[in-house]
Amino acid sequence: MDPGVEQDLVPDDLTMTDTPWVTVVWNDPVNLMSYVTFVFQKHFGYSKKKAEKLMMEVHEDGKSVVSSGSREEMERDVQAMHEYGLWATLDKSE
Amino acid sequence: MAGFVRHRRSKRVIANFSGFEADLLRSLAAQLIELLHNESAVAKTAVDPFEALLDFSGPTTEPDDPVLARLFPNAYREDADASGEFRRFTEGTLRDGKARAAGTVIDVLEEAGLPPEPTDEEIVIDVELDQETAEIWMRALNDLRLALGTRLEVDEGDEDRWDALSEDDPRAQAHHIYEWLGYLQETLVHAVAG
Repeated sequence: MDPGVEQDLVPDDLTMTDTPWVTVVWNDPVNLMSYVTFVFQKHFGYSKKKAEKLMMEVHEDGKSVVSSGSREEMERDVQAMHEYGLWATLDKSE
Repeated sequence: MAGFVRHRRSKRVIANFSGFEADLLRSLAAQLIELLHNESAVAKTAVDPFEALLDFSGPTTEPDDPVLARLFPNAYREDADASGEFRRFTEGTLRDGKARAAGTVIDVLEEAGLPPEPTDEEIVIDVELDQETAEIWMRALNDLRLALGTRLEVDEGDEDRWDALSEDDPRAQAHHIYEWLGYLQETLVHAVAG
């Protein structure tokens, strides 16, 4: 782990929520299940099993939270999903 | 055609297209590029030509065209301002990336011997893709399916709607092409992912 910042210097209120933002992928009638699974494996480095589970959530529940992190990280993930043609948004974690 | 397969020895992903198929794919890719460049990615508020030249920022509002709206959806569902900011910083890059991917499809087909206007019906275009190019094709085929699917307003479980159309109906023909693109993409994903 990067020891670059001393722990004491980080105010408590900033560390309360580690992953305040999420990337949500929404179901759409065009994208292939195999392709969506491939994208989750490729971009997030997820196992095939995890990627398939998330893809099925998108397919059956209409959406799935596929990643969480800082707002900046989630904007990068959403941009990558749009690059792949997936319908993604970011939201505050509940 | 038999779709994409992985060549066992070279590990490359291969497919062969008839001249008609390759020409169709090229024309669809060219149309997508035109659409991506057509509706300006520059902010609409810049009306003064000089001001427009100095405006390097991207658009902040959702595209009017439904295809472009699907390719570049709002990043925030309930925050128009944040969506606008996100769009300003990403849409230009995303448009360029998608246009480049479609351009790669055209380049590969032409390098494989697709002439400007194929007249020989017997011509076969053998396409051979390395891993990186195969993934670019995957994205481009997906964008083409999104474009055509949005135009056709395809929906899940709508097979009856298409079956009911007469074969002469242009929508039926376009839907055949949509399904063919889906078959191409499906075989490509399986050839790449194994």
